[in-house]
Amino acid sequence: MVPLNYYLILSAVVFAIGVIGVLIRRNLIVILMSIELMLNAVNLTFIAFSRFLGSMEGQVAVFFVMAVAAAEAVIGLAIIIAVFRHRQSLDPQEMHLLKW
Amino acid sequence: MVASEPGLAAYDLLRWIPLIPLLGSVINLFWGRALGRKNAGAVACAAVGASFAIAFYVFWQLPATGVFRDLVYTWIESGAFKANLAFQVDALTAVMLLIVTGIGFLIHLYSLGYMGHDEDVVRFFVYLNLFIFFMLVLVMGDNLLLFFVGWEGVGLCSYLLIGFWYQDANNAIAGNKAFIVNRIGDFGFVVGIFLLVTELGRQGVWTLDFAELQNHVQMLNPATIGLITLLLFVGATGKSAQIPLFVWLPDAMAGPTPVSALIHAATMVTAGVYMTARLHFLFSLAPATMALIAWIGAATAIFAATIALTQNDIKKVLAYSTVSQLGYMFLAVGMGAFSAAIFHVFTHAFFKACLFLGSGSVIHALGGEQDMRKMGGLKRYMPKTYWTYVIATLAIAGIPFTAGFFSKDLILWQTFSHGAMALWAIGLVTAGLTAFYMFRQLFLVFHGDCRADAHAKAHLHESPAVMTWPLIVLAIGAIFTGWLGAPEYLWGSRWDLWLQPVLGTAEAHQGSLSTEILVTLLTLAVVAVGIYLAYAKYGKAAVEFDRGTGGLLYRLSLNKFYVDELYDFIFVRPFTACARFFAQFIDPWAIDGSVNGIAATVRGLGWIWRGLQTGNVQHYVAGFLIGTLALLAYYIGQL
Repeated sequence: MVPLNYYLILSAVVFAIGVIGVLIRRNLIVILMSIELMLNAVNLTFIAFSRFLGSMEGQVAVFFVMAVAAAEAVIGLAIIIAVFRHRQSLDPQEMHLLKW
Repeated sequence: MVASEPGLAAYDLLRWIPLIPLLGSVINLFWGRALGRKNAGAVACAAVGASFAIAFYVFWQLPATGVFRDLVYTWIESGAFKANLAFQVDALTAVMLLIVTGIGFLIHLYSLGYMGHDEDVVRFFVYLNLFIFFMLVLVMGDNLLLFFVGWEGVGLCSYLLIGFWYQDANNAIAGNKAFIVNRIGDFGFVVGIFLLVTELGRQGVWTLDFAELQNHVQMLNPATIGLITLLLFVGATGKSAQIPLFVWLPDAMAGPTPVSALIHAATMVTAGVYMTARLHFLFSLAPATMALIAWIGAATAIFAATIALTQNDIKKVLAYSTVSQLGYMFLAVGMGAFSAAIFHVFTHAFFKACLFLGSGSVIHALGGEQDMRKMGGLKRYMPKTYWTYVIATLAIAGIPFTAGFFSKDLILWQTFSHGAMALWAIGLVTAGLTAFYMFRQLFLVFHGDCRADAHAKAHLHESPAVMTWPLIVLAIGAIFTGWLGAPEYLWGSRWDLWLQPVLGTAEAHQGSLSTEILVTLLTLAVVAVGIYLAYAKYGKAAVEFDRGTGGLLYRLSLNKFYVDELYDFIFVRPFTACARFFAQFIDPWAIDGSVNGIAATVRGLGWIWRGLQTGNVQHYVAGFLIGTLALLAYYIGQL
């Protein structure tokens, strides 16, 4: 049986990749995908603990996260399309209209 | 309408007594110019006349020991504290009510003639009606708060009317002086009210109702009462022109003469006396304050009388005389003789209003001349003014069977029978001085050769009937009003009986009737000496005025003992110097500096922090990440 730590380390690595993606990528779609990556890293942790502790709560939480992630993806993509139609660009660095 | 139970009758008519003059004031304020000068004056007179009629009716209905109340609405209700907009009339209020509306009405009539030629007569009547309104609020208010509204309101009207001819800067300055000096007194008065309400509130009684105060006054300890009455009396020294705050009243003569008669002789300046009588239950529990009041009153009486001896302005003499007579009233208050004090308020209102209106008649005839050295011999030209003036002069000097004789003798007798010999002696001398300066004035103005210049002489005329009739009525009052309070060796006092339910029977006559008669005769002797000296000096046909460089005492008196200069040196100059210092240094550097400094600091900090607001979402996420990591590190470190 694979020990719990392996799952946790994998999850942390995936989460970190997601964070770095959000921080440094210049494309909104990739940033959105990085957010998905972070969510799924968390899901992995939930499942791992669920299995390890023999309890179902973690799996229930994963369903919630998946539902929220789906909704988030829909709205996020809609916003991205709207932004793209407006500016013909998806670079977040160019979106600073609310700055002083 | 009148409940049989004494003390608690409701009477809806009361509110109209002050409201009608207010209405008159408002009508003239908005439509006075449209109505025209004549009609505006008629409206003002009618308003006060109606008010007088109602007041007289109420007085007539008032049962001997009863109180009428009229609750208009609850004004302030805050926790346990409650103050009503409510009017009350008891025996004491009724007296003041008749003085204010009755003499007020006569003076309004007189003003029709006196102010008839003035451009701004409409504004004059607006102020005058407003004054009557506030004065009525003052005397009719059933609680100290409403009383204070009237108190401040009459102060405002006094200020407005003193500076009525504001085109002359001196008049405006005199108005300012009156206002500022009164504010000093009112500061003490307000603090006194605060102290009264909080000290009673600490005992669980949150009220300023006069009746409630009287019921609960025993809860206060004597030291507190002493302090409260002292502070209230500070207010009275301002309003009623006592030492040390009397300096505004002589300057207040800058206002039109009817104003001097109404506000600065008959009504407003007696508000301080009314206040002490209204709160007599408080004052009689403070023997130290009472002693102080008596001494201040006596000192003011003789001090002002000595100044009046040498003044050459016809109105200044009367002004100092008023200050002196107010001193008598406070002497009576200090002796606990509230009834006698109010009696003197009553009689004084008649003869002093008569004197002021008489002097106004003279000034009117001479085309604005107020210097008595340029008068003389006016007896022939203005007989009605002359004879009324004679009667009022006799009254103020205290010639037997005139009003002043009864009231002044009552005060002197109360002082004597109280055993306060020093105060009595001061009062006695003041009576002589009063006789002297009043007869000096009478001789200078009406007797001897006419010293007016040819131009003024050509225009000399008796005043119109609308001015002489008030004089005649007041002169009649200056004789007969005193008869209400005759001493026991004549036909006894109805006055004391009338005021007894309100003021109590605290005034015990000690000493026999023969002593009283003896004291009266002594007073009369002093008065006779005063009159004789005045006659010897000023009764001749040609009076010499070479005393301007006379002795030290003469110059002291002529220059009002340099009190104004003294105050100027002690208070006004340091104050203005202080103000200049603050204006030049503190204001630009400390005040502006701190305000501008705060603004500059905020702007500088904002300039620094706004660098963080890049508008780039990823930078914010980075900040979020750093924060999360820092928190994480912190909690891991805690483990």
